[in-house]
Amino acid sequence: MTAPFYVPPEQLVKDRAEFARKGVERGRPIAVMALDVGVLLVGENPSPSLRKIGEIYDRLAFAGVGRFNEFETLRVAGIRYADLKGYSYARADVTGKGLANAYSQTLGQIFTHEVKPYEVDIVVAEVGRTVGSDSLFRIRFDGTLRDSGPVAVMGAGEVQIAEIITAAYESDLSLNAALTLATEAISTVMERTIEPAEWEVGFLKRAETRRTFTRMTSDEVADALEST
Amino acid sequence: MTANDHAIGPLRLGEHVADGSFLSILDKRGLTPTWDIGSARTPQVPEATTVLALTWADGILMAGDRRATAGNVIAHRRMRKVYAADDLSAVAISGTAGMAVELIRLFQTELEHYEKIEGTHLSLEGKANYLARMVRGNLTLAFQGLVVIPLFCGYDATEQVGKLFSFDVVGGRYDELNYATTGSGGMEAKSFLKAAWKPDLTHEEALAVAIEALVAAAEEDAATGGPDIKRGIYPTVISVTSDGVTEIDDETLAATTAQVLETRV
Repeated sequence: MTAPFYVPPEQLVKDRAEFARKGVERGRPIAVMALDVGVLLVGENPSPSLRKIGEIYDRLAFAGVGRFNEFETLRVAGIRYADLKGYSYARADVTGKGLANAYSQTLGQIFTHEVKPYEVDIVVAEVGRTVGSDSLFRIRFDGTLRDSGPVAVMGAGEVQIAEIITAAYESDLSLNAALTLATEAISTVMERTIEPAEWEVGFLKRAETRRTFTRMTSDEVADALEST
Repeated sequence: MTANDHAIGPLRLGEHVADGSFLSILDKRGLTPTWDIGSARTPQVPEATTVLALTWADGILMAGDRRATAGNVIAHRRMRKVYAADDLSAVAISGTAGMAVELIRLFQTELEHYEKIEGTHLSLEGKANYLARMVRGNLTLAFQGLVVIPLFCGYDATEQVGKLFSFDVVGGRYDELNYATTGSGGMEAKSFLKAAWKPDLTHEEALAVAIEALVAAAEEDAATGGPDIKRGIYPTVISVTSDGVTEIDDETLAATTAQVLETRV
């Protein structure tokens, strides 16, 4: 019987992290902003059917970059978790913190235990009932969980995009102004023009009482970008 | 920690469930609501009584009285039997009240679950078939006296038309063109609708017809509650059109009810 080669744990984690980070950095960016009117999620996505941004529950949305099949698995598991919890207890018991923790545990487990870590970064966005009570939870491929503050960006060029958005960000931006800010920041950093139909836009509308998530159609996005 | 906590969390990635439906997830985790009473005698539990639906020019109205009875006792005066199933369809129930309310909650969750997972609404026929399947799943209990019969209506976004479905105890699903009723006062309400319904009713006319049908049912059936003006208890009425589902507010109901009672001999 041969003994397996010894790999120091530091090296193992470093290799895995590097592998996963490369996958995530190839992903087209998504920006999430907490505004007075609600939470806006904007991403470049040329496919009209394979979604990166989606509704989880009444006040919760999901956004993922990286490998589609991996964050899709996470999205579906999140919806099942939320619907089961809301059905078993009450709708108000489904919270962003609970879901973000569950994602964090799961991604952490996968990072250390599976053959290959997930190549994804995700955001769980929760719109509060009052201005300033929103949460944008950022969960990385290794399970690291962070409360992002009012702006979260992930995917290719995330640092530069976040800088541009943060510099001009005001919580009282209108939906259209915020959308313009996010799309311009992403186009600038990605160094290409992106057609209105190539944006995927989700919005958690604070004033809504039950299901707050809406998806903007490409026509609505085009109108919004033209109007500002 | 309860059994439910174990069953819900943590996240289960790629969990394989029979058809991906919310019900099959509940099944897999042992959370499906059950009312197995074995060979015990059927207990006396509250029953929801009369509900009806009728088509009008731009859509469908669905209405239900507010009474639940257990034997000769009035169990509840303000029970709700008509619900929005999602933003384009509505469902009404008669029969064993507790089971019916749970069936609706499950049905609503199922429609929302499908919509979120798939990114699109279930088709109207798909919704009706799914509801039929839920009723059928209840067959054993139905033979023991715990029956739940729904009515279902909605706006078909592809065919751009409102549709109405009735069901029987074995999960049979029937397309109804003009109107449908179910529950203990259902026959009486149906006789009234047969005389009063005509094509292309306006919204106001349809509302008056729906309320009067329930009043007629309440006059003949002790288990159906008529409007109680003193306590402010009016039928629940939901309207389904291409704009979606809206509930008729109490003010409108009060005015129409007063007018119906005024003219009724």
